Amino acid sequence: MQTTFRIRRFNPESPSLAAYDQEYILETEPSDTVLDGLIKIRETIDESLTLRCSCRGSICGSCGMRINGQATLACKTKVISMVSEGGTIQIEPMKNMPIIKDLVTDMDGFWKKIREVQPWLQPKGPHPKGEYVASSESMDHLTGVMGCIMCGVCVSDCTVLEVDRQFLGPAALAKAYRFVADPRDGQAKTRLFELNKLGGMWDCTRCMECVEVCPKGVGAMDRIMALRAKGMEKHVPSTCGSRHAEVFEDLIRQKGVLDEPMLALRTFGLRNIPTLMSYIPMMLRAFIRGKVPKTGFFHHAIPGIRDIQRLFHKMRESK
Amino acid sequence: MRYAFFPGCVSKGGCPELYQSVMHVYPKLGIELEEMTTASCTGAGVLQEKDQKLGDVLNARTFALAEQRGLPIMTICSTCQGVMSQANLRLRSDPEYLAEVNGLLAEEGLTYRGTTNIRHFVWILLEDVGEQGIQKAVTRPLTGLRAAPFYGCYLQRPTEALGFDEQPSRAQSLETVIQLLGAEVVDFPGKSQCCGLPILTINEKNSLMMVANHTSEAKTHGADVMVTPCPLCHLNLDGMQAKAAHQQSASINLPVLHLPQLLGLAMGLDSKSLGLHRNLVSPGSVLGKVGMEF
Repeated sequence: MQTTFRIRRFNPESPSLAAYDQEYILETEPSDTVLDGLIKIRETIDESLTLRCSCRGSICGSCGMRINGQATLACKTKVISMVSEGGTIQIEPMKNMPIIKDLVTDMDGFWKKIREVQPWLQPKGPHPKGEYVASSESMDHLTGVMGCIMCGVCVSDCTVLEVDRQFLGPAALAKAYRFVADPRDGQAKTRLFELNKLGGMWDCTRCMECVEVCPKGVGAMDRIMALRAKGMEKHVPSTCGSRHAEVFEDLIRQKGVLDEPMLALRTFGLRNIPTLMSYIPMMLRAFIRGKVPKTGFFHHAIPGIRDIQRLFHKMRESK
Repeated sequence: MRYAFFPGCVSKGGCPELYQSVMHVYPKLGIELEEMTTASCTGAGVLQEKDQKLGDVLNARTFALAEQRGLPIMTICSTCQGVMSQANLRLRSDPEYLAEVNGLLAEEGLTYRGTTNIRHFVWILLEDVGEQGIQKAVTRPLTGLRAAPFYGCYLQRPTEALGFDEQPSRAQSLETVIQLLGAEVVDFPGKSQCCGLPILTINEKNSLMMVANHTSEAKTHGADVMVTPCPLCHLNLDGMQAKAAHQQSASINLPVLHLPQLLGLAMGLDSKSLGLHRNLVSPGSVLGKVGMEF
């Protein structure tokens, strides 16, 4: 079928230094991947088109790019799954990283963050005579996260990195989880204390972009949530992030529903006067506009709260 | 079209205008609602950070309560919808897990058999009320109004739990409803991104930057108003917009309406019934566009 490839081009040696879209019309086969199409363009139409690829089988993680607005691997994406006969497919480089040329991005920042989480085993105690042995059962839950091929797709579409390049990001945090949760590692607590800092595990918005785009099912956001749970278990120093989760749970236990004003007060802490004061203008405006629930400023417990509390009690007992 | 109505905590708390507008809108669509007054919070993904199973148990209780009434659940919050859809998928796809959870519910005399369907109001509009039903209820088409959709993450991802394969129209549901009301859709890249609320107390700077980016981007694309099916997004996009604009030294002032508020406008309801006076960014300009006074 005939397909138009609209490709975002950028040439650092061009005097204008502005990115632009260029269209190529191509005959594609039903079996063609987007990568096949791009290679055809490079080999038959425009040899200046620059892209990175290697294995063509979703193993090497080289061909990450944005196709129709979502990051993915070009070698894993069939043209016919993205566009119908005669349609246009939009191809752009990954976001949240500098562009070197056309579809090739600079992954230095990506690798720097991976190194920051010290992605190697750090066992404690004397070395064993042979290997560090771990049972299959204790490693099963790490199979998914170990499937990461470091393609950068999750980093490209991370909504936090879009506003804050200091955030460690989904790939590095998923890698950190891989070692925190490894039964042979002896530095889980130290690692969690590091990840507890600003820019670490609490800065994720839980938007699930990384889960949705990952070509290998790593589920980075789920790993970040697991890091948070482990951090709270290991009593990392209290932050607004951990207090938010702790208070949220406590409020549901007490009232069955969320109580937003109480959640904010207890998360920030009554001593955090500057932050609390900064919300007063908004609270006043809300109050004047009548944005107050019928039940009053703070919520009451719902009917049936005893049943909710019993479930909390049973869950606690089962642990 | 009868549903077990799950209003969610925020429509009963920080966004009372959402609850109010839904109450005025639904009877005109042929919908009947039974409010679930004894159902708990879904956990909003936050409780799940600490204990996913506890979240699933609480949600299974809600599903069982609806199942007992023989009704599907209607939500009016993207976050409630997403968290419940994910919990339902886990419970339905693992009979052993469901049995374990039911063991905990037994003392209250509840069992969840896995039959409850949970759908957001915006999906119900398209899938049950239908295009004709919506158009029949429209008495004041929003002609000339340019509305930017803002979904909320949990109504867009993960697509498996949200049933996008079975119901592909869900991916564009908000745009479809906006068009059926006679308004023009303003597409912009941020419509499916995060509003920033989940990190407001954790990293306020980043959270407000997201608010400023989305609202100013929608405005740059020509929007008169932003519309959201998620009250949590509304808390940030409307409630924190002034603070976000101040942080970015920008002037934004983009009204953000709850979906039922927009629907109500097209149905000829007055601004007081729809609680529009409660929105923090004044929707006066929007009302002017559709020939109403604020």
